[in-house]
Amino acid sequence: MRIKKGIPVIDQGDRLGFWGGKFGGNFVPETLKKPIEDLEIQFNKLKNNKNFIRERDKYFKNWIGTPTRFIKLNNLTKHVGGAQIWSKVVSDANGGAHKIYNATVHCLLAKRSGKKVIIGDTGAGYAGKMLSMAAKKFGLKCKIFMGAKDIKRQQPNVKAMKKNGADVIPVYSGSQTLVDAVSECMRYWVANCDTTAMCVGSTVGPAIFVRICGWSTSQISRELKDQLINEFGEVPRKLKLYNCVGGGSSSFGFWNEFMDYDKKQVEFIGVEAGGPAKSKKHAAPLTYGSKIGILHGAAQYVNQNSDGQIEETESISAGLDYPGISPLHCFLKDAKRARYTAASDEEALKAYQIVTKYENLRPSLEPSHAFSVAIKESKKFSKDTVVIINSCGDAYKDRGILEKKLGKKYVKSN
Amino acid sequence: MLNQISLAFKKAKDEKRPALLTYTVAGDSSKKQSLEILKEISNYADILEVGIPHNTPVADGGQIQTSSYRAIKNGIKMNDIFKIVSDFKKSKNSKPVIFMGYYNMIFQYGENNFLKKCKKSGLDGLIVVDLPWPENKIFSNKCKKNSINFIQLLSPTTSNKRLKSITKDSHDMIYYISMLSTTGGKLKVSPKKILVNYNKIKKISPKKNCVIGFGITEKTISNFKNTDGLVVGSQICKEITRSLNNRQNPVINVSKMVSKLRKKIS
Ligand SMILES: Cc1ncc(COP(=O)(O)O)c(C=O)c1O
Repeated sequence: MRIKKGIPVIDQGDRLGFWGGKFGGNFVPETLKKPIEDLEIQFNKLKNNKNFIRERDKYFKNWIGTPTRFIKLNNLTKHVGGAQIWSKVVSDANGGAHKIYNATVHCLLAKRSGKKVIIGDTGAGYAGKMLSMAAKKFGLKCKIFMGAKDIKRQQPNVKAMKKNGADVIPVYSGSQTLVDAVSECMRYWVANCDTTAMCVGSTVGPAIFVRICGWSTSQISRELKDQLINEFGEVPRKLKLYNCVGGGSSSFGFWNEFMDYDKKQVEFIGVEAGGPAKSKKHAAPLTYGSKIGILHGAAQYVNQNSDGQIEETESISAGLDYPGISPLHCFLKDAKRARYTAASDEEALKAYQIVTKYENLRPSLEPSHAFSVAIKESKKFSKDTVVIINSCGDAYKDRGILEKKLGKKYVKSN
Repeated sequence: MLNQISLAFKKAKDEKRPALLTYTVAGDSSKKQSLEILKEISNYADILEVGIPHNTPVADGGQIQTSSYRAIKNGIKMNDIFKIVSDFKKSKNSKPVIFMGYYNMIFQYGENNFLKKCKKSGLDGLIVVDLPWPENKIFSNKCKKNSINFIQLLSPTTSNKRLKSITKDSHDMIYYISMLSTTGGKLKVSPKKILVNYNKIKKISPKKNCVIGFGITEKTISNFKNTDGLVVGSQICKEITRSLNNRQNPVINVSKMVSKLRKKIS
């Protein structure tokens, strides 16, 4: 399996939407073929349209607030004693996470196609919060599907969605987490696709949603490349990009601009959620060798039993708690462009403690998974190695969990 | 020689009524009981759709989800489902059986293995909810070679151009989804409008047997007497749930319901 150079990865799927001949595609009910085709035609036209790009960039700059900071973590670097540790603080973006890029683009598309309502799924609540913000900004009605378990554990984001006027629809089926929210959102779309636009909250779902999301979050690496050249005069010779991977939207966006670099120069490390150390359940299909299956319209590595029933996952981080993974990452893994590993709940919490102890930075539980692996590995790297972690979410939403697991101190002191 | 599915339609046509197709989930609420239900309702139904329960069913509403989760919770496995079909096909009232399921279950079994087992169990047809045309071209050809009817789905969003290509690639039976809905939705389109679309399909493809499904219940079924066939699913699944909740025997209640449905179109 090979990645072509000079062609955006989102455009490397075949006629039926398969990357590497086997990941992605459109495993959807007949009813959705037409709205998906409409969206494909619209997006293929607009992604090269100068006016549309200008419009996107205007909102990205003035409303989302680009670029997000690129900072050196001096104290952490000293504490770890190996590579230089930097962070791309994507949580600076309006709303507090990368989910805003995809939400904004989907609302721009919906607006242009004359849709009045937009629906979306959410796990950590960021995708939902951002969609509710963008919907409000562009005058669309908004419905968010969210697992009942996630509604309980991510209250700050639920409150934000409601404040923005979105309907938050609790999903009680299955494990009551992200996987069920995405299913329920797709069901709603099947029944309302004539009037309603759908936004999938990550680089998952039918191929067009994978592409739109990857295209949107790629803003992160476009900025980073400029910032690196500003800082170092070039893209560093030994660069390592660490990112947590749930569905895979922030990691893909963090890496996209560096795709054609040799991996010896720019290495991609994706960190999945390993779940509680003592539990057999996890949300790390790439790390633990899950088989290829179909989930939410796309072929991908997915946690499942031998019959093909999707397995329940477990993670302290609602945003990573998903049994599947973007077809883009399956492609990057099998093409050996990116390396994937996992951090457990406990390791993520520990990393959160270390980062907040040494730095004025407060990564949510999702990027704390990436910090955990980056800190561990940085010890072994030379001083001229540049390690960057995408701090793609702010821990405010995790207050309840952090307080329960670590005590009040870790919530208040930051 | 006509296959079992076409024969069932012919028989109904000779009796000047649409064929009645039922949908029940394999293993709901247990392996034994779902087999008993099939044996009982085959007294009144012409073709039996058997759902392969899946735990991430993106096109199913509440009733069928409930049935599916119940079956999975009670331990149903793919091989048990084949066994239910082969046991049913050996029974005295055997009727044509069609699987309805999601592609991942077939993919994990292996397409060829799956079809081999289908043939061995005596299965007649297959509906794969999330394997649309043209993605299903290769698999539907494999089905044909194994004398299994691959049933293409059409919906109100299907363009005329697609409609022509799909019906051309379809086997003896096609399935028209009446409205934009998951299974179990209330009929939100007038029967007249549905029949306009149905007639459009029949005009393009007069020889294929076309059934209508989604939103067909005891209340709505008699609006569609002039069609090739009608599918009732969610209402039956709901009746199983209701019976279990009231500690009644689902086999008896469902059988009564299907007999009533049959009377309404006879
Ligand atoms: C802060 C944050 N990071 C990461 C993720 C994981 O998603 P993805 O892998 O698409 O970036 C989420 C998802 O909700 C999130 O909220």
